[in-house]
Amino acid sequence: MSATTTVRRHLPPVRRVTRGRLNGRRVIAWALLVLAIAVSVLPFYWVLRTALSSNHALAANSANLLPADFGLGAFQRVFGLQTPAEAVAEGGSGASINFWRYLTNSLLFAGITTVCAVFFSSMAAYAFARLHWKGRNAVFSLFLGTMLVPPIFTALPNFLLVKNLGLLNTMLGLVLPYLFMTPFAIFFMRQFFLNMSREVEEAAMLDGARHWRIFFQIVLPNAAAPIATLALLTFMGQWNEYFWPLLVGSDESTRVLTVGLGVFKSQSPQGAPDWSGLMAATLVSALPVLILFAAFGRRIVNSIGFNGTK
Amino acid sequence: MAATSLDTRAPRQRGLRIGEAQPGRRRSRSDLGIALVFVAPALIGFVLFYLVPTVRGIYLSFTKYSTLSLADPKWVGTANYEAIAKDPLFWNALGVTLEYVVINIVLQTALALGLALLMHRIAKSTIIRGALLLPYLMANVIAALLWFWMLDYQIGIVNQIIEWLGLPRVAFFGSQEWAIPTQALINTWRHMGYTALLIFAGLQAIPNHLYEAAHLDGASSGQAFRRITLPLLRPVLVLVLVVTVIGSFQVFDTVAVTTQGGPINASRVIQYYIFQRAFTQHDFGYGSALAVILFVILALVAFIQMKFLRGNESDLD
Repeated sequence: MSATTTVRRHLPPVRRVTRGRLNGRRVIAWALLVLAIAVSVLPFYWVLRTALSSNHALAANSANLLPADFGLGAFQRVFGLQTPAEAVAEGGSGASINFWRYLTNSLLFAGITTVCAVFFSSMAAYAFARLHWKGRNAVFSLFLGTMLVPPIFTALPNFLLVKNLGLLNTMLGLVLPYLFMTPFAIFFMRQFFLNMSREVEEAAMLDGARHWRIFFQIVLPNAAAPIATLALLTFMGQWNEYFWPLLVGSDESTRVLTVGLGVFKSQSPQGAPDWSGLMAATLVSALPVLILFAAFGRRIVNSIGFNGTK
Repeated sequence: MAATSLDTRAPRQRGLRIGEAQPGRRRSRSDLGIALVFVAPALIGFVLFYLVPTVRGIYLSFTKYSTLSLADPKWVGTANYEAIAKDPLFWNALGVTLEYVVINIVLQTALALGLALLMHRIAKSTIIRGALLLPYLMANVIAALLWFWMLDYQIGIVNQIIEWLGLPRVAFFGSQEWAIPTQALINTWRHMGYTALLIFAGLQAIPNHLYEAAHLDGASSGQAFRRITLPLLRPVLVLVLVVTVIGSFQVFDTVAVTTQGGPINASRVIQYYIFQRAFTQHDFGYGSALAVILFVILALVAFIQMKFLRGNESDLD
């Protein structure tokens, strides 16, 4: 981007002529961009609007831009604050759904896997980037190769393994395959370590510090920024995971939010789905990611691109 | 987000270079011992949850194995594959998945390329990029439910708008001809901005002096696009295509939450069929064989794309 600005400064007349001539085009370009943004963002408003509506008023006001018969009933239903009778009266299914539990499960599942996978992957990445050992590149290529294996292919045998260990519908069984590493995390951290200056590490090594101490006291603190980015990406990915938790943790006790949403949807009574409840549940499920995005949006947006081509 | 990692060539070369400059400077000894400690957890994960399952998955595909019975997998040779070749549901799933991939990839790539060019031309702000990225950060399940509501036949806002336009309402999820295009549209919505950002990053990497030179030589912006942008963007576009096509073939979540394969067989995509075979019908051998076939298809598709679109050559050098 800096290159762009400098060149522009050198050639003001050319640019100005171009701009003047293309004014009409620029208007169209902006219009298209605004349209794309609207398509991306407005559906979320519609979710909020529906969640704040009451089911009975939705049908008659299906195109009203404001909540139809404003109320918080849908959110109360999602968090089990309504009695079954109240819920049925408002168009809910009356079946017990406990989003607090799903929320806790999702936080545990995404939290545990993120902390462990990022930590272990950083350790491995350090060995791949900084240590010298025979077979290093071969092992690294093997690790990278696993990214090409479609998740469903390993999911079937992994399900059998977790089942044979008696860990179906336990949090341990849920997190196990993600605990030790993800190929992406290793690649991501290795990339950063390769570009990190060696000077401090080498000075420490001259002082006789061991790799273990160098890793914890020098390398990790210096890698705080990429680790934060990686943790964010991993957490959001795990938060959104559906297939594995559906296979291994579909029981009420280990159900995460994505799986819970699917169950919530299928619980809807025949004919009239609990739309406002469903949208309230959807919003609650999206909220943590929305909060993370609001807080760290720039970091997330800038992390997207092919690393090798930058 | 795994997309970020496909270009392994450059870093590996860099790694080698560092390695070559180093040997025997202070320590001629190998770090093998300490390296093993650092790699150990990841290695355990790799062996237990990637390597062994891959081998076991291939083995299971040659067995008859019901997860309902306590009997061990029974070797049946290629019986599963022979049955699959004659299985109309498999061919249906393959056809349905292909239809989905084609609609999804064509729309998504065209829109993303357009958006990336727009951003590159007129607006590079992080806020705009963030807004376009928002759908991608949502779970597939959320995207599916959101559109399941907006596209509802009776009171969905989209059908409301369609009616205002004087057109007949569309049963997006309920009709056989719309089920797959609808799934493709939902996932296009979710991935459009993310793909645009990947392409945008590629556009940013094209040196600006090339455009300035072309401009001074009197090239039109259309010529600049065809002669500079497209050729130099090609490696990134190929990577984007490989990653999105592979992801697209594995569509599952949105189908599982909305149409569940229906109406009739209209949206029974291949991964949903594998899921049904292995977990609803408890036929693990058959399910594993289907998964092997999906794996082979993905590997072939990636290979063909890299080869024919010359994904690993840059025109910039």
